[in-house]
This record gives sequence, structure tokens and C-alpha cells, in this order.
Amino acid sequence: MTTPLSAPLNIGFDYTRSLGPTLSHFMTGLRRRQVTGVRGSDGRVHVPPLEYDPVTAEPLTEHVDVASTGVVRSWSWAAEPLDGQPLDRPFAWALIQLDGADTSLLHAVDAPHDQMRTGVRVRARWREERVGAITDIECFEISDGPGAEPVEADEVSMVITPVNLKYTHSASPVESTFLRGLMEGRLLGQRCPKCHKVYMPPRPACPTDGVPTSEEVELPDHGTVTTFCIVNVPFLGQRIKPPYVAAYVLLDGADIPFQHLILECAADEVRMGMRVEAVWKPREEWGPSMQNIDHFRPSGEPDAPFDSYSQHL
Amino acid sequence: MQPAAVVGTGQTHHTTKRLDVSMAGLCREAIDRAMADAGVDWPDIDAVVIGKAPDLFEGVMMPELFLADALGATGKPLLRVHTAGSVGGTTGNVAASLVQSGVHQRVLAVAFEKQSESNAMWALSVPTPFTMPVHAGAGGYFAPHVRSYIRRSGAPEHVGAMVAVKDRRNGALNPYAHLRQPDITLESVRASAMLWDPIRYDETCPSSDGACAVVISATPTSGTPAWIHATAMRTEPTTFAGRDQVNPQAGRDAAAALWRQAGITDPLSEVDVAEIYVPFSWFEPMWLENLGFTEAGQGWKLTEAGETEIGGRLPINPSGGVLSSNPIGASGMLRFAEAAMQVMGRAGDHQVDGARVALGHAYGGGSQFFAMWVVGSEQP
Amino acid sequence: MPDVAVVGFAQTPSVRSTTGTTNGVEMLVPIFHEVLGGLGLSKSDIGFWCSGSSDYLAGRAFSFVSAVDAIGAFPPIMESHVEMDAAWALYEAWVKLLTGEVDTALVYGFGKSSAGQLRRVLAMQLDPYLVTPLWPDSLGLAGIQARLGIESGLWSERAMAEVAVRSRADAAYNANAQLSGEFDVDALLTEPYLADPLRKSDCAPVTDGAATIVLASGDRARELCERPAWITGIEHRVDSPAFGARDLTTSPSTVAAGKAAGADGVTVAELHAPFTHQELLLRQALGLGDEVRINPSGGALCGNPMFASGLVRIGEAARRVHNGEAARVLGHATSGPLLQQNLVCVMEGRD
Repeated sequence: MTTPLSAPLNIGFDYTRSLGPTLSHFMTGLRRRQVTGVRGSDGRVHVPPLEYDPVTAEPLTEHVDVASTGVVRSWSWAAEPLDGQPLDRPFAWALIQLDGADTSLLHAVDAPHDQMRTGVRVRARWREERVGAITDIECFEISDGPGAEPVEADEVSMVITPVNLKYTHSASPVESTFLRGLMEGRLLGQRCPKCHKVYMPPRPACPTDGVPTSEEVELPDHGTVTTFCIVNVPFLGQRIKPPYVAAYVLLDGADIPFQHLILECAADEVRMGMRVEAVWKPREEWGPSMQNIDHFRPSGEPDAPFDSYSQHL
Repeated sequence: MQPAAVVGTGQTHHTTKRLDVSMAGLCREAIDRAMADAGVDWPDIDAVVIGKAPDLFEGVMMPELFLADALGATGKPLLRVHTAGSVGGTTGNVAASLVQSGVHQRVLAVAFEKQSESNAMWALSVPTPFTMPVHAGAGGYFAPHVRSYIRRSGAPEHVGAMVAVKDRRNGALNPYAHLRQPDITLESVRASAMLWDPIRYDETCPSSDGACAVVISATPTSGTPAWIHATAMRTEPTTFAGRDQVNPQAGRDAAAALWRQAGITDPLSEVDVAEIYVPFSWFEPMWLENLGFTEAGQGWKLTEAGETEIGGRLPINPSGGVLSSNPIGASGMLRFAEAAMQVMGRAGDHQVDGARVALGHAYGGGSQFFAMWVVGSEQP
Repeated sequence: MPDVAVVGFAQTPSVRSTTGTTNGVEMLVPIFHEVLGGLGLSKSDIGFWCSGSSDYLAGRAFSFVSAVDAIGAFPPIMESHVEMDAAWALYEAWVKLLTGEVDTALVYGFGKSSAGQLRRVLAMQLDPYLVTPLWPDSLGLAGIQARLGIESGLWSERAMAEVAVRSRADAAYNANAQLSGEFDVDALLTEPYLADPLRKSDCAPVTDGAATIVLASGDRARELCERPAWITGIEHRVDSPAFGARDLTTSPSTVAAGKAAGADGVTVAELHAPFTHQELLLRQALGLGDEVRINPSGGALCGNPMFASGLVRIGEAARRVHNGEAARVLGHATSGPLLQQNLVCVMEGRD
């Protein structure tokens, strides 16, 4: 068998996080170059702050200012930094107990590998442009000097967290065969060996029998509209100006409909049971996608009787 | 099975963006109210079950891990359920089973969604390679099935608008509801934009931040509890050849099992109030049929006759339902909690008089995951 | 309350990368066939289905939804899903069996870690306000924990290397293992660091895989399996996410779960330790002495299919009851950063 098709799948979004009172206080402090913890039920000063106590689950509200200098309690070495990490050259991840705090904060330490050790004193290296985020501390650096003086800054109630993750998405073997068929203008479904239903697009396993499908079935590019909606609403990423019809199309010989567009007629002329045929894009635009079919259009045949598709609604 | 009852419920004020709280704060608003309602404190809680819809909504992988302290779960068992839109209901059922099995005496169940951390439309439509975008948007998935329902049942087109009017007016009685529209009318709904023909703007649910929590206990803690008479869950694939998308078998099977377990032979007569997951108005008559309250094709007649209003034969969604508040992951639990509030007599201005047996219902995915429970004021 | 037992177990080979989809169907179809076929069951005999998987591992919302295609979920099934390792799905199924509503359950977990960059994806499990924005990777965090134990004298780099050597030697007898073979402790100690103080041999590989377990209660279990692995205790706990505020050289949740589940007297323990030092930590937390055989399968260090790996530990432990090798065994699963959440399942054979 040929290798299944795969392609990049990237997830990128800038999450907008409202902070609530405890985290707002901490983030506002960072913007001011002031680190602030909270006192827990056991009297310990937590830095970073906790919104709720790990022992009593009560909300924690007693803010305590601490220094931006402290001691490394443990560390590991990041020889090859990954995307988004605080530094793009080798650095140490460290648990840092700030002076005045009883717990440790995770951050990066910018130091040569051979100078990193547990117990070493460090201080925060603040960013010039601070927004009220944990990244306002660019990293820590080895120093037994004092921390920077706080400055004035506006309050912070939100933090924006960009998330960018890269994946490789793979199509299943039968889907790959189907996609390669599309690149030749063919519609290749699969028949389930148990229930004999024809799936278009094919699936890795028949969803009612749980067995892989094995028999390829080439289908024609015309069929029947089972049901549809008229899209009147604009939305992000839309490529056609509303109104237009998104319909379920049951190809002749298939046992399951799929959604596609119905164009070349007024939206209010589309009917359940309408016979339609595929309009393919120019061949030079074809790729491994159902989008090779630009849309379906009325074929002009008489409507299919309700009984012929009522089991596919 | 050990008996189990809802002894307290709590929910947040639901709105588009709850910018005043963090995710932890949102959950706690619901939890603190539920624990106060139940009259219990943290040492009384043996375990925590949390449900929410996809992690991509909040951009946190398994957020229950970072929320453990806020959920009061540290040092305790913590389970995270995810069954798409039905998850709030499933979470209630899983929490119930922890008590019914005898494993625990008292369990906190919580469900939340903070949609404003991202954009649900984005999270649900990240383009997957090789998959053609449907070009239909959020309601575009369900609108064709609504059309099929109308075709099959012959329901008149104003029934959908009637449901919207009823649920939004009910929502106006609920201080926690996102949309509170006491002045909505059939005319105003019918005049609202047709988004995904046959679904109008006023017939669709809002996008909400919110949370809901319930305390489930083997013994009553404070006032009349809502005894759990039955629970049911069923699943089928999103699509398969010959699938009935209007009246899915999984929903029919779940309902049949539910009524059997609850000892109910005539749901329409024996159930006093039902909270049903209706994100688009037409799903009220569709689910009335799917749940067996009426024969197939007849559900709309109950709605049209006004029998699903508060004061009618079977009040549906006195809370205002999903049409009035939709914090996705919590929406199912809100249905379950409202059912409990009704039989506990704690539903305030949206209380149905004399409610003794109530249904909570949730569904998710492409109408393929179903979770339900029946609660009653009498111990079964 | 009925007694519940593990009666069947199947897993895919652990591999660095499969060509399959992230919905797991290609991995699940053969192991469902294997586990049900081995018990003489068909899908309609299963009363409850429960699975564990992760959307972020797959890179898309609702990634678990299509997995039910592998079951052939029509007529509809009674089913649930946890966004956790499938060991917790097994817990949910165990609870369901205790209610008496059903007498069989099939549990499955799957993960295609190769779809993304696992060590970076796992940063998404951390506090989204205070920690994730720094994108600390799972190896960097584990390295901090390992050093705490080394510097406080609880374990050493040599002891860690010994765990790696023993695991890989044992894995030579496990046809599903991803890594195996004879290695030398001194040689491993000369290898470069991956995340000082962790070497590559201290870290579980990135694995694609899936696993399934069938549970049954009472007479149904006895009917299906000659020597069922009866669950005598299954407990799980979670620790505070504030890892800078707790002692990372132990695991309070493991200690509590082990005590509650009754870990005493087990002769075989399969521990879900994705890092060598975590095995040493878990042994101490569970009070497992030198007489207890640890990870005869080679453990997660030789194959770590995310969201199935904890379930595999329970299955591997149960297998040693099924085949008569052991009388009382322990399977452990972990979830979250730095062993935040832990489950202990104690099982025994009855003659």
C-alpha cells in the first residue's frame, strides 16, 4: 500500500484570559517590577500566588510583597530551547525561592551551564516593556545584588496568551486512496464487507460494524439533495457571499450523504429531492480534496421521490 | 444500589464574557453556591467530578489539573469527563454512579465553559487538512436536520418561534440567565434574521461563560433533596448509512432505558417538568418525540398547544434553557440541576407548582451522545 | 457490592510513529478484535464502554468522537469518555459495574503522540496564567524533580541508570516494547545529558499506541476467564498543581492512593513512571521493597503511549495473575505534570 497522505495542522490562537482579583494583583505587580505573593492557611507566603489554598480550598486574599531576588532550589538544563521559551540560547529551568517567599517560582536562568548550581543567588531581569504577565520577567540571572526598584504602572485585569502548536495530520489509508482518486477526478467510495453499505467518503472502519472496509466502489458525480439549509449569515472564513445553500448530497449508489454547496440556481429554488450534478474546478486547481468539486448544480432531472432518500435524513 | 440524591445546586451568572473572574473563580462561584445550598463543607466532600467540552476552548490541556486546589480536589479523587455537548449531563451521571455504587457518600460535580478565553467558532473549525470546510458555520450543521423534521412531521413554521418566545420569557424569570427577554413576542422572533434557513437568529442559543455545580449525597443534608430515580447514557456514531439524524436511535434507547429504570410507563402523565437541551428552538418538538413524550411527528402539537409553557401539561425548560444561557460544557449540568431544583422546590420565580418528578436531558456531538436523569421528591 | 475483575487485555505495539489517524481507529480495530475474540465475546455482549484520550495530543477538538467507529457503535452503546489516561476510564467502568447495572465493560485508551511535539504539547497542562506562557517542556520539569532527589540523597544518577538498564532488559521479553536490549550502567552514565541531570535513557520514548481491557463482575468474570484478576482496591488522588509549594521528591497522592487501595503484599508492580527517577520515587511512595518485581514488561520507559500507558500498566499486572505467575499485583497510572495525579489498582488471583 502507498503511504497515507499527511499535511501540517497548526493551531494558533491568542487566548484572552481574565484574571480575577488574586492574579490581577500579581500581574499588576509584575508590570510595576514588584513581585507579590499571597499568604496561605499554613502561614506560608506563596510565590507564585495561589488563588485557592491547597489545604483548605479557601480563597487567598492576603497579598505579601516579596523581593525579586532569591535562591535556586533546583534546576535542569535546557540545551536546545523550544519555541516560546524565555531564551533562544541554552539556559536553565529553575525553581527559585524569592526572598520573603516560602515557595518556589518556575522560571529561566540565563547563566553558563557550569555556573548553575542549587543554592546560587539570582535576581529577576525585567523586560523594558511590561504588560502584566509572567514573561515581564525576561529571565533570572546569577547575582547577589539587589533587585530593581518598582515603578508605577496601570492595573492589569487580562493577560493574552498566544498558543501555537504544530501537528502533522494524517489521513487514513482508505481516505488517502479516496483523496488520490479525487486528484484524478474520480469518486472512490468503499463498501462494508458486513452490511454492504457504500461509504463516500470512505472511513477507516464501518461505523456500524467496526470492521475495515475493503471493496472499492467508484461512484458517479451526480445524486440527490436529501436536506439542506440556506446560509444567510456571514462568518469568519466564508468564501461565498450569502445567501447560498449548504446541502446533503446523496450520490447515486452511495448509502450516506455528505455536505456540499448547491449553486447556479436561486437559494429558494433548492428542494429536498432535487437532482444535482458536480461542477468540477479546472483540473489544474485539483488537489487531494473534495474541494476539487467546486459545487453541485441542478441537473434538470425530475425530483427524486421522498421515499428514495427518506432513510438518509 | 445505594440511594443518591442531589442535595445542593449552584450556578454562576451566565453572560458572554465573565471578565471579572478567572477560570478558577468562575468554577468556585457555582461550587460555593452549591455547597451552601447543600449545607456542606469541604471535609464532607469525598470526590470531585468535573466536565467540560473541548480543551481548545480555554486553551488548557486537562484544566482540572491546574484547577485542583480551586475545586477542593487536592488530596481527593478527581475525574474529568468529556463527552462533547452532553458532558454536563454525563458528569452528573458519573457523580451519581460514584454514590450509587457505594464507593462514596458525597460527591461534588462541576461543569464549566469560559468561552471568552477564545472563540468557540474558531476552536471548532480549525481547518483539518483534506477535509472540505462545510461553508455553513455553527447552525449549518443542525439546520438541515431541522428542515428534515419539518418535512417529516408537517409542523407549521411558527412552532420554532413559539419555543423561542417561551424559553426567553422563562429565562426572564431566572436571575442567572444570560438572555432575559420578558418582552419577546412571536412577531419579534419571526422578524429576526433568518440565519440558517429554517433557523432564525432568535431561535439560536447565545455563547456564554458559566459554570454549574451539584452536590450528590447518599443521605439528605439540608431540606428536601432531589432523589435520583434513574440515569441513562447512550452513544452512536456521528454519521452512518441510514442514520436517523432527526430522531436518533441513541436518544430513543436512552429514554426507554431511563423510563424503565424510573418505573415510568407514561412519561407525559408521570413527568411534571422537563429540562431538555434545546440549543435551536426546533429541537424542543424533536426531543419531545425522541424522548417518547409523544409519538413521532406529534411533538410540535404539544408545543403549539402551549402545553410546554409553565402551567401547561408538561412545562419544558422553565429555567429558560440553552436558548437563554449556553456555557457549552455546563449547559447539560444546568439542565440536570434545574430538574433537581424543581423537585426540591427551590426554583424561585420559575418554579413549576407541585413538581415532584423531573427530567434532566443533555445531548452532544452530532446529536449522538445522550445523557439523562430523572429526579423526584420521593425517595425511590 | 459485586466483585469486579480484569478478564482481558490487548495492546498495540508501542512504536515511535504510526501512519494512522489521530482518532485511533486503525489502532483500535485490531485490539478490539483480539480482546473480544479471546474472550469469545462480540460487541453486543459489552454492557458499558469507556475511553481515555486527549484533544491536545491529537491537535483538534472532539478527537475522541470518531473513535467509536472502531466499535461499530450501532445499535447504540452505553458509553462515556474521560479526558485522562484510560486507567481513569477503567475506574469509571469499575464504578459502573459496582452499581450492578451492567456485568461487562470494555475500556480503551489511545494516543498518537507523534502528531505533535509531545514535550511542548504537555506544557499546555500547566497553569495557563503563571507557567504555560514560559512553555516549560516536560523534560525540563522532570529534570528539576530528578535533581531534587539526587541532591537530597534519595536517589542517584547511577540508581536511575540501573532502572533504565533493568527496564530495557525486561522489555526484551515484551514483543510490544518500543525499546529493549542489554545495556551497561557505566556506559549509560557516560552518555550526554538531554536535560541535565536527565539522559535520554532516563526518559520514556515518544510512543504511538493503544490498549484495551475488559472488566467483568462476579460469575460473569469467572465464566469468561480461568483466573480473573480480581480488583481488591482501586483508588486515585490528585495533588496541588502548585509544584513549587510541595515536596517534589515524594508524591502525596500516590502515598494516599496506595494506602487506600491496600498495596501491601503485592509481588509484582507495574508503575507508570515516564522517567527513571519517578520509578524510584513511586516505589518509595508505595512502600514497595526489593522483593517486589517492578515493571516486568519494561514499563513506560520502554513504550509510553500517552492516555493508554496507565491502562497498559494495569493490563500488564493483571496478565501476571491471568497466567498464574503472581497472586497479588499492582498497576499504577499517573497523569499530569510531575506525577500530579495517581491511581493504584491492586488485583489478586483466587484459587
